This record gives sequence, C-alpha cells and structure tokens, in this order.
Amino acid sequence: MSLVKTQSVAEIKVRNRELIEEVLKVYPEKTAKRRAKHLNVQEAGKSDCGVKSNIKSIPGVMTIRGCAYAGSKGVVWGPIKDMIHISHGPVGCGQYSWAARRNYYIGTTGVDTFVTMQFTTDFQENDIVFGGDKKLSKVMDEIQVLFPLNNGITVQSECPIGLIGDDIEAVSKVKSKQYDGKTIVPVRCEGFRGVSQSLGHHIANDAIRDWVFDKIPADAAPKFEPSDYDVAIIGDYNIGGDAWSSRILLEQMGLRVIAQWSGDGSLAELEATPKAKLNVLHCYRSMNYISRHMEEKYGIPWVEYNFFGPSKIAESLRKIASFFDDKIKEGAERVIAQYQPLMDAVIAKYRPRLEGKTVMLFVGGLRPRHVIGAYEDLGMEVVGTGYEFGHNDDYQRTAQHYVKDGTLIYDDVTGYEFEKFVEKIQPDLVGSGIKEKYVFQKMGVPFRQMHSWDYSGPYHGYDGFAIFARDMDMAINAPIWKMAKAPWKQESAPTLLAAE
Amino acid sequence: MTQNAEHVLDHFELFRGPEYQQMLANKKKMFENPHDPAEVERVRDWTKTQEYREKNFAREALTVNPSKACQPLGAVFAAVGFEGTIPFVHGSQGCVAYYRSHFSRHFKEPTSCVSSSMTEDAAVFGGLNNMIDGLANTYSTYKPKMIAVSTTCMAEVIGDDLNAFIKTAKEKGSVPAEYDVPFAHTPAFVGSHITGYDNVMKGIIEHFWDGKAGTEPKLERTPNGKINFIGGFDGYTVGNMREIKRLFDLMGVEYTILGDNSDVWDTPTDGEFRMYDGGTTLEDAALAINAKATISMQEYCTEKTLALVAEHGHEVHAFNHPVGVTATDDFLMAVSRITGKEIPEEITRERGRLVDAMADSSAHIHGKKFAIYGDPDLCLGLAAFLLELGAEPTHVLATNGSKAWANKVQALFDSSPFGANCHVYAGKDLWHMRSLLFTEPVDFLIGNTYGKYLERDTGTPLIRIGFPIFDRHHHHRYPVWGYQGGMKVLVTILDKIFDEIDRSTNVPGKTDFSFDIIR
Repeated sequence: MSLVKTQSVAEIKVRNRELIEEVLKVYPEKTAKRRAKHLNVQEAGKSDCGVKSNIKSIPGVMTIRGCAYAGSKGVVWGPIKDMIHISHGPVGCGQYSWAARRNYYIGTTGVDTFVTMQFTTDFQENDIVFGGDKKLSKVMDEIQVLFPLNNGITVQSECPIGLIGDDIEAVSKVKSKQYDGKTIVPVRCEGFRGVSQSLGHHIANDAIRDWVFDKIPADAAPKFEPSDYDVAIIGDYNIGGDAWSSRILLEQMGLRVIAQWSGDGSLAELEATPKAKLNVLHCYRSMNYISRHMEEKYGIPWVEYNFFGPSKIAESLRKIASFFDDKIKEGAERVIAQYQPLMDAVIAKYRPRLEGKTVMLFVGGLRPRHVIGAYEDLGMEVVGTGYEFGHNDDYQRTAQHYVKDGTLIYDDVTGYEFEKFVEKIQPDLVGSGIKEKYVFQKMGVPFRQMHSWDYSGPYHGYDGFAIFARDMDMAINAPIWKMAKAPWKQESAPTLLAAE
Repeated sequence: MTQNAEHVLDHFELFRGPEYQQMLANKKKMFENPHDPAEVERVRDWTKTQEYREKNFAREALTVNPSKACQPLGAVFAAVGFEGTIPFVHGSQGCVAYYRSHFSRHFKEPTSCVSSSMTEDAAVFGGLNNMIDGLANTYSTYKPKMIAVSTTCMAEVIGDDLNAFIKTAKEKGSVPAEYDVPFAHTPAFVGSHITGYDNVMKGIIEHFWDGKAGTEPKLERTPNGKINFIGGFDGYTVGNMREIKRLFDLMGVEYTILGDNSDVWDTPTDGEFRMYDGGTTLEDAALAINAKATISMQEYCTEKTLALVAEHGHEVHAFNHPVGVTATDDFLMAVSRITGKEIPEEITRERGRLVDAMADSSAHIHGKKFAIYGDPDLCLGLAAFLLELGAEPTHVLATNGSKAWANKVQALFDSSPFGANCHVYAGKDLWHMRSLLFTEPVDFLIGNTYGKYLERDTGTPLIRIGFPIFDRHHHHRYPVWGYQGGMKVLVTILDKIFDEIDRSTNVPGKTDFSFDIIR
C-alpha cells in the first residue's frame, strides 16, 4: 500500500511540503497562517521539529485535544487508587472519563479502592447560582460515612468552579482539619485553563507538591527502611498494566520500586517518593514538573527512560543503572541477557511480516516519539508524527533522538489535516486515538489506538513488546483490509501512483 | 507463566503469573500502607447490609456512579441526525473530545463535532471571537450544509448569547447570512443528555419553522397527510430507525424522520470516510411543519420539542420507548389511526411471531425478578415488556428520572399483578442500585456497560440493554422497537437466562444432572 519505499528522501520532502501547502488551502487566510506554524517536514540535524506548540487550538477546526480537567483527573490523579477523586461540577466530565483510561490496579473497588468509580457533585442550577462550597463540604462528609477506608480525597474542578468563585481550598482545609489531618487536595484544573490537557498535568503536579509533600512533617519517620536502591516510577499510568511490566524489570535488575506515579499508585507511595534515590521518568510531558521539584527540594536526580521495544529498553536499563553501583549495572546486563531470547523470538516471528511497513502517529504525552524505536525494532518506519499537547522540549527530544529526515510533523493536528495526510501518504498503519480510529478504518487503513492500546497491553517492557508486536501484526495483516473495496469496484492499482 | 512469542500473553493472563503476583503482593505490603485485610472484608460485608443501604439512601449531596450524562452530549446526538450537519459546541474544547470519544466507543463509528475552544481569555471577555472564527473555520474546512450550535457549561456560566453571537458572526462574514446555524443553549447543570437532545431538536425545528431567528418570515403551515417521527436519544438508533422506516413503508405511511442518525453512525468500510451520511434533509426538516401529526418515541426526550410542535397545530403523541407486544400495538394503532393507513398483514404476522416466541419461552422468564436502570423512557419500555412476560421489574431506576416519570412507572406497576412488589427510584444512582441488589436481590439486572460493576459486586447477572454499551459490539445495529425489535430483546434476555442456568448446573457429578440439552 505504502508508496514511501519507491521514493527518495528528497522526493518525500517535496511531497510532504506540497501536502502541507495543499491542506492549508482549505482554511481562511488567518487560520492558514496560524496552522502553517504547526506543520513541517523534518530536516536532519535540526535541534527541534520546526513547529510551534503548546499554543491555543483554533476554534472550529476539530482539534483532537482535551482539557486541563482531563489532564488532572483523567491522567495524573485518577489512577491514585486509595483516594476518592470528586469530579466537582456538572455530571458530564466525570461520566465521560469514568473508567475510560484502563489504569489497572489491585484493590477492592468501592471499599478500599476507587479508581473505576465516578464520584461527582452533579451540579444543578442552584449550585451555579449560590455556589457549590456547601455541597462540596457535604459530599466530603457523605464520603466519610459511606467509604470509611478511603485514604484521601481530591477535588477535580470542572469549568464552572473557577467561574463562580468557589473557594475549594477553604473547604478542603476545614474538612481536613475536621477529619484529623486527612489528605484533601483541591485541584484547580478547570477545563478552560490553558490550551490542552497539558496545563492540567502541571496543575495536578503542583497540587501534589503543595497538598501532599508540603503536608508531610519534616520529622516524619519513613514507613519503610530506606535502601540504596530505592527508585520511583514517575509518569506511568499502568494502562493495560504498563507500569507492572516495567516495575518487574527494575526489580529484576536489583532496584527497589518504592512508588508508582500514578498507575496502581497510592497516597502512601506519593508520600514516600521524596525518599527515593532516583526518579525514573517515563512520561516526561505529564510529570517532569514534580520530578524537577523533587530534584530541587530533595536533591533527587531524575532520568528519562523509554520502555518501548528492546533497543530502547536496553539503552534505558543501562542509563538507569549508570546512577548506581556495579551490582545494579550487572543486574541490568543480566536482565537484558535474560530477555534476549524472547526478544529474538518475537522479532523472528513478526519482523518478516512487518518489515518496511510505514506508520503515521498522532498521540499525546510521550508516545509520538517513544514508540518509534519499538516500530523500528520490527523493521517498520514512522513517516509522520505529532503531539496532541506537546511543548517545544518534546519536539526537541523528537528531533534529536527519534525521527528521520523528511518525516512529516504535525502539531495539534486538525481532523481535516490528519485525514488528508493519511489519504495522500497511505501509510500501512495509523496509531492515534478513539476519535480517529474509525475515520481511518473506514478509509481502509489499519489502525491501532495508541492511548488505550486498543484495549490490549501492556506495551511497556519486554513482556509488553511481545504484545505490541502481535498487535501491530494483527492490525496490518488482518485479512479484512483486502476486502474494503467490493470486487466489482476495484480500481486498478497504478492510478494511485499516477496521482502522486 | 512467562511471556513467549508463540503464544503471546497479554493482560488477561500475563499478570496472573507467579512472578507478577509476588511482585504485586510485595508492593502492597511494603509500600501501599494497606488496611488490614480483615478490616477491608468487614467493611465490604457492611456495604451489603440494610444499615448501609439506609445511610446510602440518606445521601443528599454526593452522586456515585450516576446513570446519566450532561446536556451537550444529547445536543450532539440530535444535531448529527440532520443531513450534512456538524455540531458546533460553544465552550471549552475538552468537552467535545469527551462526546466524540463517548459516541465512538458505543457505536464503533467516527463522530464529527467541533468546539469553539474557549480558554481563559474567553472566560473573561466572552466567547464572541471564538464564535466568529470558529464558524468561519468550520464552514471552510468541513463544508457542512448546516452548523448546529450548542453550549458547554462554561459558555452558560459566563452567559454567552448564542443568538446575538451568531448574528454578529454572520455580519462579520463567518458564514453567509442565509446559511443555517440553528442553536440551543444546553447547560450541563440542568437536566441530562436527554434534555440536551430535546433542546437541540426544538432549536432546529424552531429555526426552520419559525423564521430562522428572525431573519426570514415564519413558515405558514399547509397541513398534509404526512407524519413526523422523532426517536429521541437512543443507543439503538441505527437499528431502530431502519426498523421504523421499514414498518412505515410496509404501512404505506408518508413520513419525515426528524433526526435520523442511522446512516451517520453506520457507515460502510469501503475505502472512503464519510463525515456526513444520511440524516434528515434540511428541506424535509422545514417541510415537516406541514405534517398532520408528530410522534415521539421517547416522551422524556422531547417534552419541549413536542410542546413547540403542538403550538403549530400538530397532533402530538409521545410514547415511552415501546418494547414488546402491547406497546408496539399501541404505537402502530396510533400511526394507523392518524394516517388512515391499515396495519398490513405482514406486520400482523410479525406480531404473531413475537407472541409465538414469547409463548414458547415465557416459562423461563415468568416470575423472575429484574432490576432495570437507564434513561426514563427505556426503563418504562423494558418494564412494560417484562410485565407482559410475567416477570417482575422489581427495581426500576433512572438517575435522570423525574417525579412525573416515577408516577408513570408506578401506574404501570399498578396495571399488572406482576407489578405488585415493584418499586421505582427517580434521581438515584448506581451506588443506590448496589444497595438494592444486596438487600433485595433480583435474578437479573438490565442496564448499560457500567452495570458490569454491579454484576461483579453483587453477582446479579447483567443483561446489556441501554446506552452506552462499550464492552459488547454491534448490538446497536439491531432494533429493539417493532415486533422484530421485541424479538431481539426477548432473545437477549433469554440467552442470559439460559447461560446462567447452564453455568449453575455444570459441575460434573455435583449439579450436572440438570445440565440439560433441551430447555
């Protein structure tokens, strides 16, 4: 299907530049000018991708982005399993994000664990007019009665809260005092703040700093005996079990994981993290803030890693080990060697079926760059990528470590642009989200959801790579894609080439 | 259990292996500061008690696991039922990402919808510029035939005036002056998704019939013999609309469906993405004023819409999501009476087949107790069908049900001996339902996908009927209306009953004397 192999890098660049020109034509002039800054063709050797990012989406163009509430409740706080996260405001936000992200956890739901539940203040008109603080206060009381084993509460603000002038901080303080210093965290993640999920991550990070870390008495005894090998996993949401298939590798190399942020995480783990010797950071975008804070305040170094695909996993294990002694360094080599036969078998099985296939990505967080290595381990090539809510530091990392010369880059892509890009480039696979999935499948293009792993996973770690490889193969090589056109309506193949 | 390339283990099996189980147990013990397992067990048992139920039902402020969504979701549902129409939601952009995801997870289809992407500055100064730019961008980029504007709670709280904004946007040239931009205010803090459906349906009808927000003369009604049909917010809209059209065609009824989502949420995979497909044409939407009557399948989705329609001189009829024999009889007889078209033999035979199937199988349903939750009309339709089958709809719960709805459900109970021990719960949520299922157990639960948590906690087998259904595929492609739809509901219920009988009789040498091959 893909035409890329038939073209040189120079030809691809020309085509991609023409493609950008072409999609911009559809917009009114002002919009075309603004969107042009988000689209580019990667030039080798550049320090970033040459696109503007983390600026407001343009009204009416069908951005794929979400909001600050999604970034806080949906991403950062929601997976903390022993706390109750109140969606504070009207019913919808909590309803649409209810259990939708597959943050796996172990616990008795509704008793000591609450991740896949929807707690809301369900605002009515009266709450808007007279304010919702009283209701919030009462909601906390009712939570204490009905869910006595909850270890804390967070208030995830929806749009109206900041607009009607509620004082959720005051309510939280009063209730915390009333319930013997219970951790109650007000989060100002109203959906209209910022330009995407990204500010929600930042606000959520800051809320942990202010309402968890800063509440820990300086002389509090650690709840466990610290060791020299204590690390915290930061920025893994345990989607389909990702953090588990990562944790096992760190433990096998001799480290001790004292906290998971935030997939399958608990309040105790958040509180323990300032005792870590190293923070290992997977999703830089959503949790670099708290990592930097812990570095400044507690002197904990942090290191980014990438657990997608054996090449990046090995590189990352060695990088993490470099912060420790020889015992851990040897441990890393042992783990790499231990899994080598599995990786060889996975690649032997799937690479011949996937070699040379092309992929276009549009995802959030770290994935627009982090998964590229895993595709390359399977002989596949990422020919286009972009971030839903990345910042320039994401594009720098992407340019410096991941994408190839000539890759099409699209920041905060619009529905129209993405559709046109895929239509013209005809990749063998598109990796994006649920809103995009069916658009491309209708077009006959194989697709995998790269937020939820299409309800599969884990994809992190060595165990995850086997699943990743299987899933990409089953998407691309499913017999169904040969049946999209009715036999009596088949077009002759060369017309596509001629059209290029 | 370790990973291997030949038989790849994913999350279903991988984490059950000893190395992961050991790892997770250590994590819990050492780092999670867990509660004593005996205490967790004690509290878990306590949540099953009458005492807990009373505390649970004493809640005044907290909502846990509600069975409703917000108005703007229904707004989008109604808008995409019109030809070439894109919903434009004025307010924060994250909301639109949520609606699109929610519908795509249910229908397994794309859902196109745009946002005016309001942020902090719009919160301070209002969203007029977002409307002006947004309409222009949507119009150029997606070339819709109509843009249907609704709101999120943000725009409502700051008080943006859609009528004035759209007028200004037109003056600024965002879209041509005569271009159709119907609108409805759909605050998320009033009602639920069914209210949003109602408001947008009313807004679109009002736009076409009543002079397009003062820009054209109001239409004069010249009554004809046609009827209008409105389905309401319906997870089975794809199958249901096609079934209704088939029935009307069989009867020879001339009709206009107002809001026909059956094509846009069921497009083929044939190499082409259709952002728009099917839907009520704008011309038909306008001409619908001339119909002699308007029928709604869901009373509580169309209260304001039908009031508006009635003001234009239509005879209006609202049903409650009719399912089964009597409800379908009533619906078809009403259509027949209004249109003067007889119910043809073919439909009568379909009725006979449903009665036949119910007679064949009712022994397995008779006397069984069911809990039902969902939207108000769906609850009524399903409860009535269960009563026909001799079953007892013991608990009927709608988070977005009103007092009037509760009275109507009670009247339905009172109409049947099988309703004697049944209760209705308006405004309650699925955490209330959990207490009901523990303290007054039933044989089966009918609800949407979220009901699986109740099934897990209480052991009550879940029959998935409702919206959203995320974890079973394609049922929305089949109707639940009409006699054939009743057949589908009957079979869905029976399949679960038989599966449960088999599941409880399959222990070799213990219970399998009842593991019959004929049932």
